[in-house]
Amino acid sequence: MSSALVRRRAVDRLMTALAAVAVAVALVPLASVLWLVVSRGAAGLSWAFFTHLPTPVGEPGGGIGNALVGTLYLVGLACLIGLPVGIGAGVYLAERGDSPIGRGIRFTADVLSGVPSIVVGVVAYGLIVVPMKRFSAIAGAVALAILMVPTLARSTEELVRLVPGALREASLALGVPEWKTSLRVVLRTALGGIVTAVLIAVARAAGETAPLLFTALNNQYWNLKPDQPTASLTVQIFNYAISPYEDWHAKAWTAALVLLLLVGSLNLLARFLSRSRLRSQR
Amino acid sequence: MTPTHTDKSYEAELSGLRDRLLEMGGLVERAIDASVRAITERDTALAQSVKTGDREINRMEVEIDNGCRRILALRQPAASDLRFITTALKIVTDLERMGDLAVNIAERAMELNQTPPVAPMHDLSKLADLSEAQLKKALDAFVTHDVEEAEEVMHRDDLLDALYLKIFNDLLAIMMEDSRQIRRATAIMFAAKHLERFGDHATNLAEMVVYMVRGTDVRHPRSRGEDVPPHQA
Amino acid sequence: MSAPAKLTAVDLHAFFRGTEVLRDVSLEIPPLSVTAIIGPSGCGKSTFLRCLNRMHELTPGAHATGRIELDGQDVYGRDVDPVHLRRRVGMVFQRPNPFPTMSIFDNVAAGLRLNRIRGDHEASVERCLRQAALWDEVKDRLGASALGLSGGQQQRLCIARALAVEPEVLLMDEPASALDPIATAKIEDLIHELKTRYTIAIVTHNMQQAARVSDRTAFFYMGDLVEVGPTEQIFTTPREQRTEDYVTGKFG
Repeated sequence: MSSALVRRRAVDRLMTALAAVAVAVALVPLASVLWLVVSRGAAGLSWAFFTHLPTPVGEPGGGIGNALVGTLYLVGLACLIGLPVGIGAGVYLAERGDSPIGRGIRFTADVLSGVPSIVVGVVAYGLIVVPMKRFSAIAGAVALAILMVPTLARSTEELVRLVPGALREASLALGVPEWKTSLRVVLRTALGGIVTAVLIAVARAAGETAPLLFTALNNQYWNLKPDQPTASLTVQIFNYAISPYEDWHAKAWTAALVLLLLVGSLNLLARFLSRSRLRSQR
Repeated sequence: MTPTHTDKSYEAELSGLRDRLLEMGGLVERAIDASVRAITERDTALAQSVKTGDREINRMEVEIDNGCRRILALRQPAASDLRFITTALKIVTDLERMGDLAVNIAERAMELNQTPPVAPMHDLSKLADLSEAQLKKALDAFVTHDVEEAEEVMHRDDLLDALYLKIFNDLLAIMMEDSRQIRRATAIMFAAKHLERFGDHATNLAEMVVYMVRGTDVRHPRSRGEDVPPHQA
Repeated sequence: MSAPAKLTAVDLHAFFRGTEVLRDVSLEIPPLSVTAIIGPSGCGKSTFLRCLNRMHELTPGAHATGRIELDGQDVYGRDVDPVHLRRRVGMVFQRPNPFPTMSIFDNVAAGLRLNRIRGDHEASVERCLRQAALWDEVKDRLGASALGLSGGQQQRLCIARALAVEPEVLLMDEPASALDPIATAKIEDLIHELKTRYTIAIVTHNMQQAARVSDRTAFFYMGDLVEVGPTEQIFTTPREQRTEDYVTGKFG
């Protein structure tokens, strides 16, 4: 064995070891987050925690039912607003994106996706809360939708671009108009990937706190009216966590665990869908 | 042939085939020349060499045939290449027949050389020269793609026919004068007939060259009525 | 040619980002026959085909001038809807491109459904699959994904899909270049069958294929239509030196 080869192997092993250490270091915060949330939150889990309204300080029992429903409601409303806009913009960018308008939209989307979420919350506050003179679910949903649209548009664009041009041509050659080709053939082919992108966007929106603080605010009671303040998991956690009370702190941990489970399962679902889609295409 | 084939091995196969055809034409030329000299110079050994030489001509016919089939099967020739190959397939048959005619004449020479000479062979030599020139010109036209030269061959066939008729009449007169010469004169008459046939084959070659170059068929114009368009290549 | 041409190109010029890719092409495609378009890559033969059903103009930066007449009517006329034209002039592409999200049945029916053409779709699908010589191979799995078919079957499926909207003309852009010899032979056999009902124009790189399937052959070179004539004549006695050089393999 030549000395050069020995050295090369030694360097190779060293680099592999360094990379492994880096991975371990990166895993520490993740593991500690999981450990803290599970260890401190698991005790508070009960059926009532999912279904009951919050109780005042000192009163035993109580749950975050309204916040859980509120989060789903806010995210649902945000999807109602954000999905058509985001997906529509994505299809437009993919099909007509080479025009000056397309480049403008793409630039805007890129800038928008870099805007801190608290700024988006302020914008929604100024746009909706101030004129309505009231915190409301719709204001929170708009803020979340503004956060969803840019990433959704860009990922839809990429997914639609992945659809082979041959399919577009096949449809056009059958005498199908262009708009119908875009929707019924191209978008349909990209749909599997877009569903995954939507799930990821939803998971991200569900975990947002800042844009909701001064839009949807909070609510101690059930609410499904769009023009009323609405509770959400994240804001509830925030409120519990900054309170000086021990039992609220415990509830914050448990709510955090619920949120983690919700977001985690959405991510897992997205992963599962994209994997099964890849398999069926093979 | 201005541009050459992109596939150099194909080009080599085609030019190889062309060379073999010319080689075979050269052998036939020499055979007809030798066979007639065997009569005029009373050279039986020369006649014998023509007979043995024909084996080589026959062998080449088979070889060129196979070469053409090979190219047809493996190269799918088109346009001028296709016309060249199909022409080569026909030319080779004509050349082989011409070789056989030389053998026939050589056999007449052997027969004639066993008896004393009688009639002058001047016209026969002339006919032989003409026939040989026809073959030479036809092969020339084949190599150079010269349609005019090929057409000249086709026109000059009339000269051969006329000369043959003269020899025929002369021999007829000899036979009528002296019945002892009938056997001998008949042999010469056959030789002359073979030469005339030889010339016809040369004309065939010339016609095929015209087809090969221009892509129009000039054979048997009368049998196809007036549908022969004046072709501008 | 006795019957009037089905498709006629008159002084057609095609451009792509300012470059002229077809120059002054005039060509007649007779009805119920196969016209082959041959030529080296980049000679404009595919562009010509795509001008015939106005697919060319869909490429960004592409446009065409001149006339193309379908049954004597200018297809570039102001009152002609290209969408409508493409139902009359169908197209089959180089690579089989069935819709991946659809079943075999849905692929064939796609043109009918997307265009909201009413009628007995089941009967249409069967008719087209039979015409495309695919029916016997797929009749028991019409609901299965089209991606499960072999390449040759997929291409015949694409032909069936094109036939479903009942076009009058079928344009084929190298339909067999991605297929093996047996699948190719099936497509060629199919072309012979189809020309009794449809007018066919086929672009091909494969000269032997052009010789086998077509009645007339057009040779394109560097954007020019060099020569067009009966296929037999093009392959035995072409008039133009450039055609001669191409069919004998003397380019490049």
